[in-house]
Amino acid sequence: MKKLKSLKTTTKVDFATYFGVIAAFIVVSLLKSGGFLNRSLTGMLVPICCYIVMAVSLNLTVGILGELSLGHAGFMSVGAFSGVIAAMSLQSAIPSGWVRLVVAIAAGAAFAALAGFIVGVPVLRLRGDYLAIVTLAFGEIIKELINCLLVGVDEKGLHMAFNISGTLTIDDLGMGPGGTAIIKGAQGATGTEKLASFGAGFILVMLTLVIVLNLVRSRTGRAVMAIRDNRIAAESIGVNVTKYKMIAFITSAALAGAAGALYGLNYSSLAASKFDFNTSILVLVYVVLGGLGNIWGSIIAAAVLYILPEALRQFSDYRMLVYAIVLILVMLATNNPTIKTFLGWKSKGKEAA
Amino acid sequence: MEFLSYLISGISLGSIYAIIALGYTMVYGIAKMLNFAHGDVIMIGGYVSLVAMTSLGLPPIAAVLLAMAVCTVLGILIEGLAYKPLRGAPSLAVLITAIGVSYFLQNAALQIWGANPRVYASVAPDTLKLFDGQLSIPYVSLLTVAACVVIMIALTLFTGKTKMGKAMRACSEDKGAAQLMGIDVNRTISMTFAIGSALAAVAGVLLCSYNSTLMPTTGSMPGIKAFTAAVFGGIGSIPGAFLGGLLLGVIEAMAKAYISMQLANSIVFAVLIIVLLVRPAGLLGKYVPEKV
Repeated sequence: MKKLKSLKTTTKVDFATYFGVIAAFIVVSLLKSGGFLNRSLTGMLVPICCYIVMAVSLNLTVGILGELSLGHAGFMSVGAFSGVIAAMSLQSAIPSGWVRLVVAIAAGAAFAALAGFIVGVPVLRLRGDYLAIVTLAFGEIIKELINCLLVGVDEKGLHMAFNISGTLTIDDLGMGPGGTAIIKGAQGATGTEKLASFGAGFILVMLTLVIVLNLVRSRTGRAVMAIRDNRIAAESIGVNVTKYKMIAFITSAALAGAAGALYGLNYSSLAASKFDFNTSILVLVYVVLGGLGNIWGSIIAAAVLYILPEALRQFSDYRMLVYAIVLILVMLATNNPTIKTFLGWKSKGKEAA
Repeated sequence: MEFLSYLISGISLGSIYAIIALGYTMVYGIAKMLNFAHGDVIMIGGYVSLVAMTSLGLPPIAAVLLAMAVCTVLGILIEGLAYKPLRGAPSLAVLITAIGVSYFLQNAALQIWGANPRVYASVAPDTLKLFDGQLSIPYVSLLTVAACVVIMIALTLFTGKTKMGKAMRACSEDKGAAQLMGIDVNRTISMTFAIGSALAAVAGVLLCSYNSTLMPTTGSMPGIKAFTAAVFGGIGSIPGAFLGGLLLGVIEAMAKAYISMQLANSIVFAVLIIVLLVRPAGLLGKYVPEKV
């Protein structure tokens, strides 16, 4: 007990976050095996894990680095489709589903990191709303490029084509008779083997937490936050702004890619249009409602808000309307200066973006 | 001849973007917020005019005026109920609220008018035939370009000459100082939202006439593109929004015609990225150097 008291507050918060996630996993697993969850809730477990990872990773960009990104779903998309390609093309080479899932997630993270690097070089030169609009632009570009992608696999290996004119079909790939199509342009990935499970989702969430929390509490993380709080001051004491911005941005992209790969392998079919601007915004809502820079806040916000439309089912057709009203009211309640003073909440000072 | 008709279609589309972008840029300039609900106000304008023309049997001009009136009231209501309480809050909080308003408007439209696309009869259905019918220009294109030019000139005069316009410019420059000079900042911001929303209604009618369909999500993509146009031209600048919108429309039409139908949006966004890398404050935006 004495030892626990001597720990720093941040360390305590971090441990509480880990234990909270583990406890939630155990409780949900027990409920699931006890048959207390209905079918739609059981189906939501893996997507919730994916969106928690998405929210935590976006929090790294928006909350910790302090740059507004409106294209985070683009990285999820890159991760999802590269993960699906990896998992499907290695079907014969690696028989074990678990190993293939790990390889797919690693591939998703690697390709998303690459995309993060390509996007980050131009994007991080800009500031504020200009940066936001360029991330939005990249998100849309990634969506349209994947919409044109045709990928198939046969005994000779991967076949890819880029359907710019809109006239190509999956038959134009020239695959052998034993070939299977993996991604069919705008139709997206079809016939994907579902490899994802709630356990895998939990492990990915824990891994993300370990990576992000350690990064934030490290020298690198402090440099990143110094850039967020005052770029010029940080630069003048010798912090390499570009380097640390890129580290945070690429880490965030890679984690989004890993989440995407898990998400992609949870559905038998998936279209690129799923990862549009609205998905980026959805994740941003989780981050802002959970609190900028607050990791456990992102986790709770992602889980609660993902379930909320389901929980509002009793309003049937009006549930999205109610969701919108809840969103506005929560923002008004948590940010209105009058209400804040009334409740005795102190203003946390400066805004991050 | 083909090129000319693509160009005209691009200019007409670009004029619609420009009208929407003008609303975006004015609101951004004064309230420093990205009003994501702007695209949905366009959609509401479209539905109101559609109902006015089909159910109430009003002539197009009356329908446009009604749509403008409804959207103006809607804009003031949105500003007063959702954005005003958040004045002084972090900009991201306001952004999320705007997204909430956008969801609300889309879902309200879904409840009222249903999810199915409605056919929208153009407000000016005929086409003008030139060069023995080789080149046909829909009247609505001409109307769009004319409306855009008129709005642009009117807005420039308004912000330059009238007292309210000057108050708007003062508020966008420095709210605190404007208040000290006796300008009612809250009223000025409400006024900006009113004008922006009225423009959105006009844009809604023209956009629906151009697309000839209308559904609850009609406004979101043009809203995003118009926002892109506003940034492209330099956000906060009225001629910038005009130029940005026009260029965006022409680039989009050309990309669709000559490069790829599928990648048209990507090409538009790629041009935006390149422009922002060369000119980080947009084409006509003022670059403000940082002072330490």
